[in-house]
Amino acid sequence: MAKTVTDVICPFCGTLCDDLEVQVSDDGTKILEVYNACAIGAEKFLHSQAKDRITRPRMQQEDGSYKEVSYDEAVEYTAQMLAKAKKPLMYGWSSTSCEAQSVGHEIAEAVGGVVDNTATVCHGSSLIAIQDVGIPSCTLGEVKNRADLVVFWGCNPSHAHPRHLSRYSIFPRGFFTGKGHKGRKMIVVDPRNTDTMKMADVGLQLEQGRDYELLSALRVAFRGEDLPDVVAGIPKERIYEAAEMMKNARFGVIFFGMGVTQSLGKNHNIDIAIMVTKDLNEFTKFSIIAMRGHYNVTGSGAVLGWQFGFPFATDLSRGFARYNPGETTSNDLLRRDECDAVFVLGSDPGAHFPISSVRKIAHLPSVAVDPHITPTTEISKLHVPVAFVGIEVGGCCYRMDNVPIESRKVVEPPEGMMTDTDFLARVRDRVVELKAQAPVGTQSTAEAQGA
Amino acid sequence: METVTLTIKKTPTLMLEAEAISPDGLAGKSLDQIKALPVHMGREQFTIGEYFDVTGATSATAGETKVVVKGDLSRVKYLGTKMSAGELVIEGNADMYVGAWMSGGKLTAKGSVDGFAGTGMKGGELLIEGNAGNYLGSAYRGDWRGMQAGLIRVKGNVGSDTGYFMNGGEIIIEGNADVHVGTHAEGGKIVIKGNAKSRVGGQMVEGTIILFGTVDVMMPGFKYIGDEEIEVDGQKTVMSAYIGDLGERHRKRKGESVYGKLYLAKAAPADAGASRDARLARAREAKKARFVPVEGTTSA
Repeated sequence: MAKTVTDVICPFCGTLCDDLEVQVSDDGTKILEVYNACAIGAEKFLHSQAKDRITRPRMQQEDGSYKEVSYDEAVEYTAQMLAKAKKPLMYGWSSTSCEAQSVGHEIAEAVGGVVDNTATVCHGSSLIAIQDVGIPSCTLGEVKNRADLVVFWGCNPSHAHPRHLSRYSIFPRGFFTGKGHKGRKMIVVDPRNTDTMKMADVGLQLEQGRDYELLSALRVAFRGEDLPDVVAGIPKERIYEAAEMMKNARFGVIFFGMGVTQSLGKNHNIDIAIMVTKDLNEFTKFSIIAMRGHYNVTGSGAVLGWQFGFPFATDLSRGFARYNPGETTSNDLLRRDECDAVFVLGSDPGAHFPISSVRKIAHLPSVAVDPHITPTTEISKLHVPVAFVGIEVGGCCYRMDNVPIESRKVVEPPEGMMTDTDFLARVRDRVVELKAQAPVGTQSTAEAQGA
Repeated sequence: METVTLTIKKTPTLMLEAEAISPDGLAGKSLDQIKALPVHMGREQFTIGEYFDVTGATSATAGETKVVVKGDLSRVKYLGTKMSAGELVIEGNADMYVGAWMSGGKLTAKGSVDGFAGTGMKGGELLIEGNAGNYLGSAYRGDWRGMQAGLIRVKGNVGSDTGYFMNGGEIIIEGNADVHVGTHAEGGKIVIKGNAKSRVGGQMVEGTIILFGTVDVMMPGFKYIGDEEIEVDGQKTVMSAYIGDLGERHRKRKGESVYGKLYLAKAAPADAGASRDARLARAREAKKARFVPVEGTTSA
């Protein structure tokens, strides 16, 4: 006889579905079945049950093989590496709880590190734009209950956020949207004819990298000014038509993804998309929401924001927080040889960074904390496996619309395994000890002045 | 005017942050005092003396001090940051933030500089003889008041985001510019003597951009209003004038809307669309020529 845990939070994507049901064995150690989740979410739960899961830290040897080490040794190695480095990069944070992030930031402050999260190769450009021009936004609940026009710009939720359409944006029947998808219009803008675009009422297949021009053309159209015959490969009649549709909506929302944040122009594309939203509020009610990727990348931005004032790429090396994407972002630090140790937690730069950056990580002292074996753990000197947040330990997570949701523990982690928070807390305590032994910084200056 | 010369002795392992190196930072100090000034690398603090040989002398005030920095400075940040008077000569390539927030004096970089040069500039003259990186003369992150006044002249090419949120002053680029020139500009003047790629004057509220070369893709919100004679570096030229960005908000003065102005070489107006299409086609052909398909794959 198995028991069912209901209202489980899915720790995979930024949609952060909160209606999963998980069947676990009576002793609470095994997940038997996952209901309501998408294929990716279910796989994450089931993968935690893998027979070949790594349950103890392992250190890479000279010949590339691994030696199992204890958590104590792992804590010592990590603390020594971070305390010795002049400017360690502490990257990741998007697949862990806000509690763990907060402890990680304490370490970064103690060692003078740079804290950067996955937004750096994802929605970081959106955060720059939001800082520049603000953001008129809303929650996904409002979208479900009110939106009658939904624009997907440079994103493909059919594949990347599989339950987004059914839970929030297109299909659900809400308070003022009783007809479900029949009462909603859908505009999709993408250079490819994606599965999301195939569902759209209006699909604008634009020239790649011309989003800025097309968004600007919409703004020109809102103001009733003349347009050139073709903008971004789209005839002006279709642009005027889309502009009219947007103006005539009762409640519209723009969702945008990697197609605009990481193509030519980056933050400027989001900047002008926000201005489009602002312009539309002269005619109707319009909002804009970023399709965040990792389940708690939004939380990482929130925690960094309230602790240091910046949402990612926060450089604490001089004892105060500095932030300048292009300089303090992970890839720039790696590309320019500006960091001398790499600590990764809850992310996989080995799979997602340019190979030139990955090579740099491989040549630096590095620690990867991750429940899975990933390309990052394979190039790191030390791999520390931890319990899965949202499956084996709870914690606070932020949905893509900045709504915090407490994730739940469903099963016990394998015997003797540490959680992110426990491991980080021990590293923090050890770093503080090491720093008390050798005061930071001013050593060489004292020598110079003495001489 | 006294001259103090700093020659870099060793290449920093990480980037060296040397905001002290400017006429303001060094004026009125003895050589020993200069050698004891802090520079930073990561969380550690070093002294100028550990990284630079220092010779010459300084005057009592920044205005009477000339600073010359020699050697490979491509791993040194913040040279001439916040300088307000005097002269700074960088005889080599330098890293980021050269002349950022400068408010006066003259800064000459004889090599190339990396990004964020002249960020939030308030006055003075910044001459870059090589190339400049991204965000030349632009606003600091999150600031809506970019370059306010002063002159930036670049002999080479510049990266993207030149004059972002520019409010005043002048940027002259003798080479080519990457995407996003004068985005969000509310004043000031940008001259490009070479070519531009795209997104010239996007979201421009006010200000002037003069482009002598070609532009790959025009912003849709610019309208041709006729030919005008303009003067750049003492030379008069008749150019096609455009107003925009028509998709952006614009102030009214004396009952008339004030627009940003974009001047393009005269060939364009009658057949703007056709010449743009031709340029685009040429660019595509050039791109195709560079692209060699891998065997066994099919291109879509």
